[in-house]
Amino acid sequence: MTVVEDRPAPPAAAPRRRPNPVLALLRNSWRQLTSMRTALILLFLLAVAAIPGSVLPQRGVNPENVNKYFVDHPDLAPRLDRIGAFEVFGSVWFSAIYLLLFTSLIGCIVPRLREHVRALRAKPPAAPQRLDRLPQHAVLTGVATDAEAVAAELRRRRWRAQVRGNEVSAEKGYLKETGNLLFHTSLIAVLLGVALGSWYGWHGNKLLVAGAENAFCNTRQQYAEAKLGPRVDSAGLPPFCLTLTDFEATFLESTQPESYRATVDVEEAGRATRTASFSVNDPLRLGDANIYLLGHGYAPILRYTDRYGRTQTSNFPFLTTGDATLTSEGVAAFPDVNVDPATGKRDAGLQVAFEGLYLPTAPQQAPFTRSEFPTERNPAVVLVAYRGNLGMDAGIPGSVYQLDQRQVASGKLKQIGDRKLAVGEKWTLDDGSVLEFVGTKPYITISVRYDPGSILLLGSSATLLVGLMGALFGRRRRVWFRVTPAGPDRATAGAADPAGGSPTAGSSLVEVGGLPRTDYPGFADEFAQLVAVISGDVTPGGRAGDGGAGGRAGDGGAGGRAGDVTPGELAGGGHDAGGPAGTREGAQ
Amino acid sequence: MSALSDQLVTFAILAYLIAMISHAVEYALGNARAVARPAAPARELVGAGVGARAGGPVDAPVASADALPDAPIAKADAAPAGGDRSADRGLLAGRAAVWITALAAALHLAATVTRGIAADRMPWGNMYEFVLTVSFVGAAAWLAVLWKRPSLRRLGLFLTLVMVLLLAFAEMKLYVEVVPLTPALQSYWFIVHVSTISFSSGIFLLGVVPAVAFLMRNGYERGRRSFPYTLAKRLPAAAGLERLTFTLHAFAFPIFTFAVIAGAIWAEAAWGRPWGWDPKETWAFISWVVYAGYLHARATPSVRRNVATWIAILGFLTMLMNLFGVNFFFTGLHSYAGVS
Ligand code: HEM
Repeated sequence: MTVVEDRPAPPAAAPRRRPNPVLALLRNSWRQLTSMRTALILLFLLAVAAIPGSVLPQRGVNPENVNKYFVDHPDLAPRLDRIGAFEVFGSVWFSAIYLLLFTSLIGCIVPRLREHVRALRAKPPAAPQRLDRLPQHAVLTGVATDAEAVAAELRRRRWRAQVRGNEVSAEKGYLKETGNLLFHTSLIAVLLGVALGSWYGWHGNKLLVAGAENAFCNTRQQYAEAKLGPRVDSAGLPPFCLTLTDFEATFLESTQPESYRATVDVEEAGRATRTASFSVNDPLRLGDANIYLLGHGYAPILRYTDRYGRTQTSNFPFLTTGDATLTSEGVAAFPDVNVDPATGKRDAGLQVAFEGLYLPTAPQQAPFTRSEFPTERNPAVVLVAYRGNLGMDAGIPGSVYQLDQRQVASGKLKQIGDRKLAVGEKWTLDDGSVLEFVGTKPYITISVRYDPGSILLLGSSATLLVGLMGALFGRRRRVWFRVTPAGPDRATAGAADPAGGSPTAGSSLVEVGGLPRTDYPGFADEFAQLVAVISGDVTPGGRAGDGGAGGRAGDGGAGGRAGDVTPGELAGGGHDAGGPAGTREGAQ
Repeated sequence: MSALSDQLVTFAILAYLIAMISHAVEYALGNARAVARPAAPARELVGAGVGARAGGPVDAPVASADALPDAPIAKADAAPAGGDRSADRGLLAGRAAVWITALAAALHLAATVTRGIAADRMPWGNMYEFVLTVSFVGAAAWLAVLWKRPSLRRLGLFLTLVMVLLLAFAEMKLYVEVVPLTPALQSYWFIVHVSTISFSSGIFLLGVVPAVAFLMRNGYERGRRSFPYTLAKRLPAAAGLERLTFTLHAFAFPIFTFAVIAGAIWAEAAWGRPWGWDPKETWAFISWVVYAGYLHARATPSVRRNVATWIAILGFLTMLMNLFGVNFFFTGLHSYAGVS
């Protein structure tokens, strides 16, 4: 609160000339914007604006759910989409709020920074005329000390002390404002880190099936989905290739996953191929990209021998359906089969596809709709065979995980039977062609990412925390000592020694005043102790005795441990005043 | 071990319940005296007067009264008991309540520890365990505060009420069998993140108690005599409650900040991004911003203290939303809830 008081009076408070109205308006708006009240309101707006981001599905988090929302709410969704409700954190209004907040923040810290630097260089101010008007006040008699000695003792206690004649001014706790400024500046650095990451960073998701024939090399085309920052050139992605050689997952009997580990061969430009393994929580960190394990599943190997006896093999991944037992679904399409060897012509009506489920642990009895365990204890595929035109030539990009249902609906693709196959089992179709379930290969889904802002983010988060502690637990306070050598000519007649004792020769009258400049209820205590040390009642560092400290009524008084609320104590934070009350009740 | 833990939770709930009743008895006896003796209102007026002086004109921030001891309550208790048996009994009940609360907290701790032993890991693997831990932190911190400030004892009624509600809710709605951690949770950042989140949440939870008490007492000191305010008749002075509220929040906020940062570091390792606006992350952000708003509001002289305190309470509501609302209503990467 004092920090606020500390700010210099607005310079434009009393303008001499008639101000230019436009300028005045601008200046007023700026002052409004940089006021604490505005900061408070903007903080609230920010909190409120974030709420839809958790209530509505977000493209950045889960694009499938957004699509589902469009299906479920066909009227509402487009309207929400127009106002950016599915990309709240990139929307104009969200950005407007935080940009205003950060403008306000900069407008707030720059003058305070200037002010604080000045305060750091300035000497503690001279003592006020009447020290007895200060919240803390004490008069010591017969103390054998002088201003220099007092200042030395204060400096030893890490006060910044300044001697002016027979007066000592001292101040402590600059850390509060330093911390506050560090904290708020770090906030800006955090934002910069985020910005840096989104401009120069990129990421992509990839499904990687085991085996050398499925190796993945880091180019834009290889990603199913990728997002490159505006400053990233897709040709500039770092070159490297990955081959999944092994994947291990263990599960508890309850089907809860216990551990995952993927092993890959890594080829990087100019380096020998090496083997590396990574896991959830333990990404593979290459120089300029990190690889994160997101999920895993199985790719059934299906071998189809067509009516002319020619064989093709499919190794398409079946995607997990989201249940814990890894029931997966997918399709194995064979568009180039049944080519008549006599004519060499492909018959578009004789394409074949198998759609259905893969069950790592199929139940012993029908229905074969759900796997019983996530690892392969009784692997089986449950497939429906289709023959006809797969619709792949029409140029409409279809999913490789689903059949084109339009072809089925129009009758161009016909269902010709269904079957459950265990590993090694063969299924002879009506035209004599054969499908064999050979086995599976594991696949993993990975996220490949590069975020150049993360170092800045980490660093600024650290300084943010340090600054925050300083800001919350620092306490700015001032004390003044006026040392009057024994004699009749008292400098401050108003603050006569209440004890009325005549000072003995060679000793001094010391008047002390203290002013906490921030909320600091423990100040009475500290002041009393300081006074006690100066008066020589206790050895330096000891506790105050009844050292003549006359704290104001209700300030907790000397000696009494003013309300040491534990968390405050732990934190070194604001103690509670009125400590004596703490014991009062217990005394009935 | 797991069964033992479950039993201990039940006993802890019972103990909190008894402590609550005991606190309530203290309240009731205290009030009975106030009704029985015509002199009491006069004494209260003194109290109210002090409060009013403390608050200054109705609009001034209560801060100016920070230095005043909690006079009304002290007076009430220090009054010559002169044969006033029910007040004595009230005090006795209050003291007993504190001891029973301590016993309940011990049972609570034992339940949490045995749960951890049963699972062979830190007991923070799911929502049930999380609520168990957070509420224990709240109870332990309460006892620590009480140790330093016995005059706050009457707040125990609210605290034990919160404990009973939270634990009973956890036992009835959130309970899950002991299981090991999923791979996503197997990280030392998990321990750092969840322990600090639990700790700060516990302190925030405790912070709500003086915050609510302050709002009631503040109204009472300003002459309100309608229902919730009358409850505050025998609470400590508003200024002290407000300060305690601030102390607790100022203490918890940096820890919470650290916890969020630790969470971001962990998320970077687990999911490849430090921050992804997953619902849980979004609500942590909201809580953080609201608490920052509270600290700002309290530091702004033109914002009244009761407004600031409402912001603190709002902050806790957002924490609750994150713990319960998000786990129940939204799906996210933090598929942590363990309730289906
Ligand atoms: C980006 C949003 C902001 C956040 C998250 C934030 C957060 C905080 C926090 C947590 C504190 C408490 C530390 C303390 O008590 O010293 C604080 C204090 C403070 N903030 Fe901010 N702040 C933000 C923006 C601003 C802005 C825009 C201003 C200027 C108008 C501002 C001015 C202050 C001042 C003057 C204090 C010191 C209060 C005191 O004396 O205790 N802050 N801020």
